[in-house]
Amino acid sequence: MSDWIEVGTLNDIPKLGARVVEVAAGNIAVFRTAEDKIFAVADKCPHKGGQLSQGLVMGNKVACPMHDWKIELESGTAVAPDEGCAATYPVKMEGETIMLSLTANEGCPNE
Amino acid sequence: MKEKLVVIGNGMAGMRTVEELLKIDADMYDITVFGAEPYGNYNRIMLSPVLAGDKTIEEIMINDMQWYKDNDVTLHSGKEVTSIDRVNKKVIADDGTEESYDRLLVATGSDAFIIPVPGNDLEGVIAFRDIKDVDTMIAAAGKHKHAVVIGGGLLGLEAANGLMEQGMSVTVVHLMDKLMERQMDAPAAAMLKESLEERGLHFLMEASTESIIGKDRVEKVRFKDGSEIYADLVVMAVGIKPNIKLAKESGIHCERGIVVNDTLQTYDPSIYSVGECVQHRGEVYGLVAPLFDMAKVCANHLAKMGIGRYEGTMTSTKLKVTGIDLFSAGDFTGDETTDELVFQDKARGVYRKIVVKNNKIEGAVMYGDTIDGSWYFDLMRDGTDISEFRENLLFGQAHLGDSGHGDDNRVASMADSAEICGCNGVTKGDIVIAINDKKLFTLDEVRAHTKASSSCGSCTGLVESLMSHVLGGDHSTAPHLKPMCGCTDKSHTDVRAAINTGELKSVREVMDSMAWKTEDGCSKCRPALNYYLVCKHPDAGVDDNQSRLINERAHANIQGDGTYSVIPRMWGGMTTPKELRAVADAAEKYNLDTVHVTGGQRIGLYGVKKEDLPAIWKDFNDAGMVSGHAYGKALRTVKTCVGRDWCRFGTQDSTGIGIKLEQLSWGSWMPHKFKMAASGCPRNCAEATIKDYGVVCVDSGYELHVGGNGGIKVRATDFLCNVETEEDVLEYSAAYMQLYREDAYYLERTAPWIERVGLNYVKEAIVEDAEKRKELADRFRYGQTFMQDDPWAERAQGGESHEFTPMKVIG
Ligand code: SRM
Ligand SMILES: Cc1cc2nc3c(=O)[nH]c(=O)nc-3n(C[C@H](O)[C@H](O)[C@H](O)COP(=O)(O)OP(=O)(O)OC[C@H]3O[C@@H](n4cnc5c(N)ncnc54)[C@H](O)[C@@H]3O)c2cc1C
Ligand code: SF4
Ligand code: FES
Repeated sequence: MSDWIEVGTLNDIPKLGARVVEVAAGNIAVFRTAEDKIFAVADKCPHKGGQLSQGLVMGNKVACPMHDWKIELESGTAVAPDEGCAATYPVKMEGETIMLSLTANEGCPNE
Repeated sequence: MKEKLVVIGNGMAGMRTVEELLKIDADMYDITVFGAEPYGNYNRIMLSPVLAGDKTIEEIMINDMQWYKDNDVTLHSGKEVTSIDRVNKKVIADDGTEESYDRLLVATGSDAFIIPVPGNDLEGVIAFRDIKDVDTMIAAAGKHKHAVVIGGGLLGLEAANGLMEQGMSVTVVHLMDKLMERQMDAPAAAMLKESLEERGLHFLMEASTESIIGKDRVEKVRFKDGSEIYADLVVMAVGIKPNIKLAKESGIHCERGIVVNDTLQTYDPSIYSVGECVQHRGEVYGLVAPLFDMAKVCANHLAKMGIGRYEGTMTSTKLKVTGIDLFSAGDFTGDETTDELVFQDKARGVYRKIVVKNNKIEGAVMYGDTIDGSWYFDLMRDGTDISEFRENLLFGQAHLGDSGHGDDNRVASMADSAEICGCNGVTKGDIVIAINDKKLFTLDEVRAHTKASSSCGSCTGLVESLMSHVLGGDHSTAPHLKPMCGCTDKSHTDVRAAINTGELKSVREVMDSMAWKTEDGCSKCRPALNYYLVCKHPDAGVDDNQSRLINERAHANIQGDGTYSVIPRMWGGMTTPKELRAVADAAEKYNLDTVHVTGGQRIGLYGVKKEDLPAIWKDFNDAGMVSGHAYGKALRTVKTCVGRDWCRFGTQDSTGIGIKLEQLSWGSWMPHKFKMAASGCPRNCAEATIKDYGVVCVDSGYELHVGGNGGIKVRATDFLCNVETEEDVLEYSAAYMQLYREDAYYLERTAPWIERVGLNYVKEAIVEDAEKRKELADRFRYGQTFMQDDPWAERAQGGESHEFTPMKVIG
C-alpha cells in the first residue's frame, strides 16, 4: 500500500477549505483545517451524495453543502444523530507536498 | 488523576447536568451519583401518563443502569446521602458508603407537602411524587373503590384523572373556589371543572380537611364543617417544598431553597446545586424547563468553561390529561395598566384570554384549543410588539396568513401518517416515536433526530404543538435571547454589539474574543459573523470566503446533482435582443438543457459544470451582463410592470424606477435575501405588496410598502408612507435597506424582522426623522461603492481559481 500520488501542495488549498482530486472511480475531496491538518475523504456525502468538497470546514469536520450533515474528516463518519460513513483515504505530507493514496482506509463499509 | 464530582440526587435536574457535562468534556471528572430511589434516572413528569395507563415505567426511563456503565458514571442507587462533610470534602450515605469529592452537585429536588392533620400517616395516605407512589396507587386501585385527592392543582388533577382511568371513583377536594387558581382564571377554571365532571370526577370545592380517619388504613376524610366522605386511598397533592434538609444540616446557606448565584454555585464554592431544591434570584421553580436551563449553565461551569449565566426562566403550564387542552403562561390576571383580550365560545368549549401591556403580551390562558399556546409564549418571551396584528391576535397564528396550515393545525387529531414536515417527509408518527424512544425534550433535539423543522422551518409551530402534546409540560426551554448556535451562549444581539464597537475585524477575532466553544464555529455562526463584519466594515476587506456557504462562495447556486445554475441580471425585468442572444448562445455552447424563466423576471440556465462557470460568466460579461446574485443573501430582483410607457392605467414610470432601484442596490449583502418590485398603478401587476420593499405608483406619486414576503409564509407588506419624487423613492429605499442591514439578525427576512421590532420603529427612523434617513441612506451608498464590482467578472479573469478547478485529475 505505498502507491502514493503527489496531488499538490498545502497552499493549493485555502485554510478551512477543500479541493477536489478527480478520480474516475469517484472524486476525492482533500481538506485543509485551520491547523493545516490535511484529510482526504470521498467527495460523496453518505446522506444523498452531496459534494463534501463544497462544504464548510469546521474543526476536523465538514458541513455538507446539501443538507448540513456534519462529517468527521478523520473517520468519514457522520456526526450523531445522523448515521453514515464516507470512505477516507490515506494522505501524508512530504514537506509542503500532499501525497494521497487511492486505496481507501478500512473501517467504512463501501456501498 | 482526574478530579472527582459527586452528585446527590438522581433526578431530572442532576442527571441533565451530568449529560450536559459529558457532552462538553467526558473525561474531566470521575463522576459518582447517589440516588435515594432504587432506579436509574426517569422522566418524572411522565408519571401521570403511567398512572393513567398510557405509558409503562420502561418507557419513561431516561438513563437506565446500562447508561451509567457505558458512560463510566458510578451510581449508588437506593442510597440516601445523610451528611456532607465539607471540611474533609466527602459525603456519607445511610448505609455507610463514603465518597470524597472535589466538586459536589446537590440536586435533591423537592418533597411533597403533607398537610399537618391527624391521621396523615395512616396506611393509604400518600403523595404523588415518585414511582413508589404510582405503584401504591395502582395497587390500591386493584383492591379498593374510593379515592380522594386533596389539591385541585395541576398535579392533583393529573392524579385524579389517572386514578379514574384505573377504575376508581375519585373525589377532588380543593380549598379554593376554583381549580388550578395559580394557572387559570375563573372562566377557564369553570370550563375545566365542567369537562372533568363530565368525565366522571367529583369535586368538593372550598373544603378544608380537618382529619383523616381510620384504624389501620384510611377509611374516611373529615372536613372542618363536620362532613365526611369515604376514602380507601388519599393522595395529597397540595404542593411541594424544596428538599433542603441535607444542605441545611451541612451549613450551606439556604432560605426557601438552597441559595445559588447565576452560575448555580452555592455559598460553598466547591458545591453547586440545580433543580427544584434551588432558590435563584428569589425564585424556586417546579417545572422542568428552568431546571434544564440551569443544567446547561451549571455543566458549563463545572467544565470550567466559565461562560454563561443563568438568568431565570419564564415558564408556561399545560395539563397532561388526554383530551383536555389547557395552557397558561405569565401574568394572566392583569391590573389597571393592562388590557385583556378575551375570546369565549361556550358551545365549542373554547376560551382564550391574553393580557397585553404596552402592546406586549404579559400572560395568556387558553382552554379547549391551545394550538397557539407556544406562539403566544414566544411572542411574550421575545417581547414582540403586537400592535400590527393585535386585532387578529386572539384568532391565532393561522389567521396571520400562514399559507396552507391554519385550521388543520390540530395535531392531536392528526393521523400518525400525516406529514408534518413537507421538506423532509417527516410524519407525525415519526416524531412521536422519536420523542418517546430517544427521550427528546427540546425543539433542537427533535430537529437533530428527525430533521422535522430543520429546513424551511414553516412547520416549527406544528412540531412544537406536537411536542407539548406528547410531552405535556413545558418542553420549550429557550432562554429570553437565544444563543446564535451551539458554538456559543451569545445571542445575535450580543455578538453584533461586540462587532459594532469596531475593534474586531475577522471571524476568528470575534470567536476568540467572545470565547467560542468550538474551534472554528459552524455552518450557522460563521456565515452570520462574516455578514456582521462585512456590514460594519464594507471598506476594510474583512470578507472571509471560507465562512460563506457554497452558493455565495461560488457565486452560483449548487444543484442537487452538483452542477450549478447561472442567472444573470435583467435590470428591472427588462431585456434586449442582444441579451437574449447571449443567453441562447450560452445554452447551446455549454450544452444546457434547461432554460427557465424564473419567478423573478429573468432567465436561469441550469446544469452548468463548476469548471465551466468562469467561462460562461465571461461570455455574459462580454454581452454586458452581470451576476444576478440569485444565490446570495443579497438583493435579488426588482420586479416591474410595463407601467406608464405602455399600460393605459399606468401612472408613473414603474419600469424606470425599478431599474434605478436595482442599480442602486445590486451587490449589497443583506441579512437575508431582499426583493423589490414596482407596479405602475394600484392594480399592482408586479406584486409589490409581497416584497421586502414595494413601490406602487399612484397619480400623486409613490406609495412605499415594506416587510412583505411571498415565500414560506405569505405576508402582505405594511404601508410605510407616500412620497412624491423618484429621488425620494430611492432615498427611502436606501435608508430602509441600511436599517434592515444594521438591525436584523442574520437570516431574518424583513417580514419577521418588522414583526419583531414593530413598524413604528421603522417609521421613526425612515419617515419621521429626515436626518436619520439621510444618514442611513448615505451609509448604504458608501458601502455600495465597495460592493458593486461584478463578482463574476473578477472570477472570469482568474480570481479565486482554486474554487473552480480540480487540484489534480487522475486517470
Ligand atoms: C430560480 C427560482 C425558481 C425559478 O426557477 O423560478 C428560485 C429558486 C430557488 N429558491 Fe426561490 N426561487 C425563485 C423565486 C422565488 C420567489 C418569487 C419571487 O422572487 O418573486 C419566491 C417567493 C417570494 C419571496 O421570496 O418572498 C421564492 C421563495 C423562496 C424561499 C422562501 C423565502 C421566504 O422568505 O419565505 C426559499 C428558501 C430560502 O430562501 O431560505 C427559496 C430558495 C430557493 C433556492 C435558492 C433553494 C436552494 O437553496 O437551492 C432555489 C435555488 C434554485 C437555483 O439553483 O437557482 N425561494 N423564490 C426563482 C429565482 C428568481 C430569481 O430570478 O432570482
Ligand atoms: C406526577 C408529576 C407530574 C409532573 N408534571 C410536570 C409537567 O408536566 N411539566 C413540568 O415541567 N414539570 C412537571 N413535574 C415537575 C418535575 O417532575 C420536576 O420539576 C422535576 O422532576 C424536578 O427535578 P429535580 O431533579 O429537581 O428533582 P427530582 O426529579 O425530584 O430528583 C431529585 C432526586 O434526588 C433524590 N434525593 C433527594 N435527596 C437525596 C439524598 N439525600 N441522597 C440521594 N438522593 C436524594 C430523590 O429521591 C430524587 O430522585 C411533575 C412532577 C410530578 C411528580
Ligand atoms: S425552486 Fe423553490 S419551490 Fe422549487 S423546489 Fe426549489 S426551493 Fe422549492
Ligand atoms: S447530501 Fe450531504 S447532507 Fe444531504
